[in-house]
Amino acid sequence: MEAQAVTALELRGAHKTFRPIRWPWRRHDPPPAPGESGETGEADGTKRAVDALVDLSLTVQRGQIYGLLGPNGSGKSTLIRVVSTLIIPDRGEVTVFGHDVLREERAVKRLINRVSVEASFFKKLSPMENLLFGARLYGLDGRTARERATTILRRLHLRERSLWEPMEQMSRGMQQKVAIARAFLTQPILLLLDEPTTGLDPRSKREVQALVTELRREHDATVLLTTHDMQEADELCDRVAIIDHGRIVADGTPAELKARVPVEGREATLEEVFMALTGHGLGEPQAAGDEA
Amino acid sequence: MKALRHEARAACGFVERNVNLVKRYWVMEVVWLIYSMANALSVTFIGAGMKQISGQDVNVQRLTLYLLIGTLVWQYLSVVFELVSETIQFERWEGTIEYTLMAPISRFTHLFGATLFSLGYGFLQTALILAVVAGFFHLDLSGANLFGAALVLLAASVSFSGLGVVGAILPLLFPERGVQVVFVIQSVLLVVSGVYYPVTVLPHWMQPLSHLSPATYVLQGMREAILDGAPVVALLPAIGRLFLIGAVLLPGGVWLFGRAERFARRTGRLKRSG
Ligand SMILES: Nc1ncnc2c1ncn2[C@@H]1O[C@H](COP(=O)(O)OP(=O)(O)OP(=O)(O)O)[C@@H](O)[C@H]1O
Ligand SMILES: [Mg+2]
Repeated sequence: MEAQAVTALELRGAHKTFRPIRWPWRRHDPPPAPGESGETGEADGTKRAVDALVDLSLTVQRGQIYGLLGPNGSGKSTLIRVVSTLIIPDRGEVTVFGHDVLREERAVKRLINRVSVEASFFKKLSPMENLLFGARLYGLDGRTARERATTILRRLHLRERSLWEPMEQMSRGMQQKVAIARAFLTQPILLLLDEPTTGLDPRSKREVQALVTELRREHDATVLLTTHDMQEADELCDRVAIIDHGRIVADGTPAELKARVPVEGREATLEEVFMALTGHGLGEPQAAGDEA
Repeated sequence: MKALRHEARAACGFVERNVNLVKRYWVMEVVWLIYSMANALSVTFIGAGMKQISGQDVNVQRLTLYLLIGTLVWQYLSVVFELVSETIQFERWEGTIEYTLMAPISRFTHLFGATLFSLGYGFLQTALILAVVAGFFHLDLSGANLFGAALVLLAASVSFSGLGVVGAILPLLFPERGVQVVFVIQSVLLVVSGVYYPVTVLPHWMQPLSHLSPATYVLQGMREAILDGAPVVALLPAIGRLFLIGAVLLPGGVWLFGRAERFARRTGRLKRSG
């Protein structure tokens, strides 16, 4: 018997354009011509609008591990921030288990947690102090928080001793593990992972991947994950969407995507799919957010 | 009930985190404490030396106490005012602000937690300075209305917490320069509030500014209570004003902070990298 499909996350026509802020007390250059948009013009320092998400729609079912692939600057982190209530979209609707991210912000916040590429912490505080603070914001008591933190960090093979030393003494990968622990600690039912394994050694990468599947299995969690590691996406994700210039250019199971790109004599790799669908062949330079 | 416990826990979480930060940055805290003590001492010594400076007979005891009240009250108020915005600034630097704003707590709880810490911290620091400075001077507090003074200070804490919350908007929107603006505001308050002199000596055009500053009422109230032993009834106008300012600034500040947060989320100003 198949469990009834429940929509964990839905974006309908979500759009986000970043525009330079026009402070009343600053002089401004004339606005760009209509239709023009792009990245900061480094040379003259003028900023232009960037379309980070272009009327994007996406549905993630409960229990899925959903992968988001895309070139640098394609809008993956923006999408994750929109779901985590950190960026307000210009238009479109975003719901988490039926709760609207704008109208029912608090309800959404209770259900989610996020790991970002950069591990943001109070660097002078120890992992334990940082995690304890994080846990309290989600209403956990000190003892539960400490127990869970220790269990998770032990699983990620972080030395017991480093739990009590300032974070600044830890390597990037070790800090990333603490960031992962911070998100897992609150047992979110929608976990947003923005390049969680970037900067981790192969073994740690495996451990994090195992932790993700375990969270799904044991807590019935749904995971939205961005990664630049094609193998990771292939092995971990039930479905994958490829996003480019703020638009989804393809989505499906990894097998479906691979079937789309014909390669003689064998099945395509996800990397080949990525290359083909994002329109940038090997060696072809591609700048983040060229005009969409 | 459960929700309330959650919010209380979160507020404690902010206090606990800041206490942990103070522990880690303890050298800086000690340096700052020594500086503040030296500052309070040197200002108070002006009173002690007034006979020699002016060559005239003055009430040294009263002048010394007058200056001491100024320096200590100012010390306390500036800590309460600064710390909230510094907390936000710090979160912006470390990039943790996204995580704090993502958490399922009300903005009131967040800012209340930060304020609670700054009140406690400011009070302890000022008490320590007082303990040291008191050893250098003969202070006669026999005629002082200490209870009245405490009431004034309580009311002052409320209004300055409000001011602190309003100030915290600046680093939220301008992580690089926000706190510098907070310091500029603080300097203006220092001049117009009569910390070391009666505001009546200010040029006429400046005096309206002194009415706008809650610090003016705090200092007047404290001096009336301690120097003149004024009864609580006489202090009520100052106390009332301070509570009123707080009643406007605190909720108003939290509301404004929320507006600023929405603006930051719309324009994508919260992120540092990634
Ligand atoms: N807060 C912001 N303010 C202004 N522009 C932004 C902001 N965040 C992202 N952008 C722009 O939006 C576009 C998408 O950025 P985003 O960070 O979502 O890309 P990404 O897919 O996560 O890239 P990467 O793989 O490098 O992490 C980029 O052009 C970026 O410059
Ligand atoms: Mg990104």
